[in-house]
Amino acid sequence: MATEFHNLQELRHNASLVTKVFIQRDYSEGTVCRFQAKFPSELDNRIERTLLGETVRTLNSYYAEAEKIGGQSYLEGCLACATAYIIFLCMETRYEKVLRKISGYIQEQNEKIYAPRGLLITDPIERGMRVLEISVFEDRGSGGSSPSSTMSSGSSAR
Amino acid sequence: MSAVMITRKVRKWEKLPGKNTFCCDGRVMMARQKGVFYLTLFLIIGTCSLFFAFECPYLSLHLSPAIPVFAAVLFLFVMAMLLRTSFSDPGVLPRALPEEATFIEMEIEAANGNVPAGQRPPPRIRNVQINNQIVKLKYCYTCKIFRPPRASHCSICDNCVDRFDHHCPWVGNCVGKRNYRYFYLFTLSLSLLTIYIFTFDIVHVVMRSVDKGFLNTLKETPGTVLEVLVCFFTLWSVVGLTGFHTYLISLNQTTNEDIKGSWSGKNRIQNPYSHNNIIKNCCEVLCGPAYPSVLDRRGLMQEDPLVSATCAAPASSSSNPVPQTTKTTAPLIPNEHTPDEAKPGIAASAEKTPSPKEEQPPDTKIPPLATPETDAETSIAKDKTH
Repeated sequence: MATEFHNLQELRHNASLVTKVFIQRDYSEGTVCRFQAKFPSELDNRIERTLLGETVRTLNSYYAEAEKIGGQSYLEGCLACATAYIIFLCMETRYEKVLRKISGYIQEQNEKIYAPRGLLITDPIERGMRVLEISVFEDRGSGGSSPSSTMSSGSSAR
Repeated sequence: MSAVMITRKVRKWEKLPGKNTFCCDGRVMMARQKGVFYLTLFLIIGTCSLFFAFECPYLSLHLSPAIPVFAAVLFLFVMAMLLRTSFSDPGVLPRALPEEATFIEMEIEAANGNVPAGQRPPPRIRNVQINNQIVKLKYCYTCKIFRPPRASHCSICDNCVDRFDHHCPWVGNCVGKRNYRYFYLFTLSLSLLTIYIFTFDIVHVVMRSVDKGFLNTLKETPGTVLEVLVCFFTLWSVVGLTGFHTYLISLNQTTNEDIKGSWSGKNRIQNPYSHNNIIKNCCEVLCGPAYPSVLDRRGLMQEDPLVSATCAAPASSSSNPVPQTTKTTAPLIPNEHTPDEAKPGIAASAEKTPSPKEEQPPDTKIPPLATPETDAETSIAKDKTH
């Protein structure tokens, strides 16, 4: 039953999209970017709970680091204000640096953990930081379950 | 079917729904109506030019050359803040792609269960607990998302904006999470500039009148009269606005929440976002992190390589069906169960929406994406068929 993919390339070329699972934002601590730790039931037999939980926890910690209001953010804000924010045209903000780290982390997680299980995580920034989208694939060659009706709308994903 | 080769690279801003205008290949983002913004520019630049032309030569000689220098610095700061507020993305939330919208619809259907015939389905609201207060998240029928806390839909720009404050015609843009601090600094620095020019106009007129008499002074520097007029009227409005926003920042509220009275009144909940400390609130709003835009306006549109070829979509890669389905409220699709009375109503609402370019009909297995009107129509239709 387990679909084996050796790398991300194989996934892209051979797999067919079955469905997409969305992990929503957790607003219990305000408007800070956090994702819910609740494990979606659709992924029960695709991935271990601990692995997905670990990914979500790490992402949450990255976002918390980016949005932390402390010494560094004050310094950045005051310096930028003093230069009428022109410095933002040359300099990369701390948030942008953390976003690059996050995108690298997601890429790494996809390659090591998710692609071998036929899953793919989309970076939340591509979905407006509203949801963590996990695409579920079935190997075309293995004649898996027939694709659900959401596939036809999956074609207009981008 | 012959494939159409697209030679021009299409950037994402060209396909964004909503009523914004984009300039400089997606770098600049503004609302559609820019007339009042041009007026603002004209007033600021015009008044400052008059100040530099008429007052500054006299004042720099008789008082100090630092006066025009400081005025120039203040003027440049005001312009920088104005342009940043007007040209940047206020924190627009992108609309839900079809899969996400469908997923949410299915969750709502599951949560509502079976609505008894003839009754309206319950309003689409999600309750979340923030800092031990229950906050209601409303569903946006245009963007097909549950709005995050403090977000609101701007009808002028037709976008959901995060931490929506208000739509300001004077800057020609919405004021939201990403550009609120620039807007505040703009009003603050403009107040200072107005007071500065007003003060030195008076000083200049007084000093010159002592030498040459009041009427002669006005004849020599007619620009002064104009400046004083503009500054006088600007002073009351801009200083008042700055004071109002200072009050809002100290309470960590938005104009939108203040107008709606979200956190005021006895039976309403307290503001869950406030730290109950003026300094902390000011620091969070003004010195918080610089949030990046989630819109990716300048990214290139691309065909999704992961897509399986079940749809015989037109070969043109730039005809992206997403804007058509999410831009307008989706019409209810009549089928054999729709009673005849309901069909003209449906046809009328279908006429309002532009016909989608997609060749295939929407899959009837997915619940039709709803509007507040269709929520009521569905329940009436179900009632009639029973």
